[in-house]
Amino acid sequence: MDLIKPDLGLLFWMLITFGIVLYILGKYAWKPILKALSEREDAITEALDKAEEAKKQMANMQAENEKLLAQARAEREAILRDAKEMKESIIAQAKTSADVEGKKMIANAKENIEREKLAAIHDLKNQVASYSIEIAEQLVRKKLESSKEQEELVNKAINNFHLN
Amino acid sequence: MAAKVSRFFNLKVFSLLAVLLTFFAVKMVAQEEPKPEHSNEHATEQTAEHPATVGHESGKFNAGEMILGHIADEHDWHIVGPVTLPLPIILYSEEKGLDIFMSSKFEPHHGEERSYNGYEMHKGKIALASGTSIHDFSITKNVASLFITAGLLLFVFLTIAKSYKTRQGKAPKGLQSWLEPIILFVRDDIAKPTIGHKYQRFMPLLLTIFFFIFFGNLLGLIPIFPGGANLTGNIAIPFFLASVILITIIVIANKHYWGHIIAMPGVPKLVLLILTPIELLGFVLRPFVLMIRLFANISAGHIIALAFYSLIFIFGAKSAVAGYGVSIVSVLFTVFMFCLDLLVAFLQAFVFTLLSSIYFGSAIEEPAHH
Repeated sequence: MDLIKPDLGLLFWMLITFGIVLYILGKYAWKPILKALSEREDAITEALDKAEEAKKQMANMQAENEKLLAQARAEREAILRDAKEMKESIIAQAKTSADVEGKKMIANAKENIEREKLAAIHDLKNQVASYSIEIAEQLVRKKLESSKEQEELVNKAINNFHLN
Repeated sequence: MAAKVSRFFNLKVFSLLAVLLTFFAVKMVAQEEPKPEHSNEHATEQTAEHPATVGHESGKFNAGEMILGHIADEHDWHIVGPVTLPLPIILYSEEKGLDIFMSSKFEPHHGEERSYNGYEMHKGKIALASGTSIHDFSITKNVASLFITAGLLLFVFLTIAKSYKTRQGKAPKGLQSWLEPIILFVRDDIAKPTIGHKYQRFMPLLLTIFFFIFFGNLLGLIPIFPGGANLTGNIAIPFFLASVILITIIVIANKHYWGHIIAMPGVPKLVLLILTPIELLGFVLRPFVLMIRLFANISAGHIIALAFYSLIFIFGAKSAVAGYGVSIVSVLFTVFMFCLDLLVAFLQAFVFTLLSSIYFGSAIEEPAHH
């Protein structure tokens, strides 16, 4: 029965010892240890979070770079395309404008030629008329020495005119 | 949790095992030597006192008495062979008042009976020769072992606390890295899941109880001087620890907890007549079972190891050859039991702390909002 009967002396010493140990360890060991542990854990978590964040930032930056690069590439492409288009349009425009100009010049030339022609014809007519009058005058001077001849000539001339 | 436990055992306990097995070898020498002397003495006493019964009983070895003697408390610390460490004896009685002296003052009287100054010691118990009651506050083997355990706890954890201050924020090193996984184990696998977010309040008590039991158990496994006492297997220690748990529960328990014990809500009045006594009984029984479990496990470990040794002497008494033959088997079995006891040393500390933690958790649990 001694085995299962708590001994008063041992209980008494246990009360004192355990109390002291609990107090000292609680104040000078567990508190700083647990504090240090949780602080270290917090620090580790924080460091990991920061690393994760840095990684994310890096990835973001990379993505941004890539985006910028792609944008630049697209812009270059657009510029090239624009330039090409512009070149083509300029050429086309030049072509059409040259065409138009040519046609206009040709038309002008034709008009001029026509006008010159008409003027020349007119001139010629006038010349011919004046020559005719001169000839006629000479003829008349010569022929009108007799009235018969005059009459004849006039008739002839009239007939001639008529025919014309 | 199981994974953590196994990891812990892989890393730490097996290195500890190696160290303790060395002690174990010493224990063999220490135990095998004194015993034959002891039984010889016993035999000569018996020859002197009861010559009639000696005949065929000479050198008889009483295993039960030896084992119980080792399990029980003593007033001096037997170290090796004739070397005994005397311990202070503190007695108080109305007849003689307070009396303090060393246990070596007790002169061997006839056999096991020893006496000094009117005190008589019989099988480790001191009584007054006149028979009146006496209060014994002696520093017995267990009390000395208690002081050693406490001293070890204070030394180890104050050292660690200091290294946490000097090596702030750095990885643990040395003793610190040995015990940090256990501290974290108590915090993360015992206190946090069972108590919840208020666990911090209970950490000092839980850690102190855990390491007290753990160190006490391990010291009990070391067969020579600083260890060897059956401290955590002495009923007074589990009794005290369980009382601490019970008192803590009484102090911290909230209305919700008491309400469920005294009058379980939603239960008819008539049923409460049966239920309330059961709940009250359970309330006391829980710490009681904690006490019994620790006491029985640790004592059983000591008893089994000693029983295997006793086999050697029982067979040795029949014939020397049988004794040597059995000693091989016994040693092998004891090695096995020793390994098991190392597991038990941790396991009992763990179970005691875990269950205490669960009780604390249920005592401060807030009613669930439906």
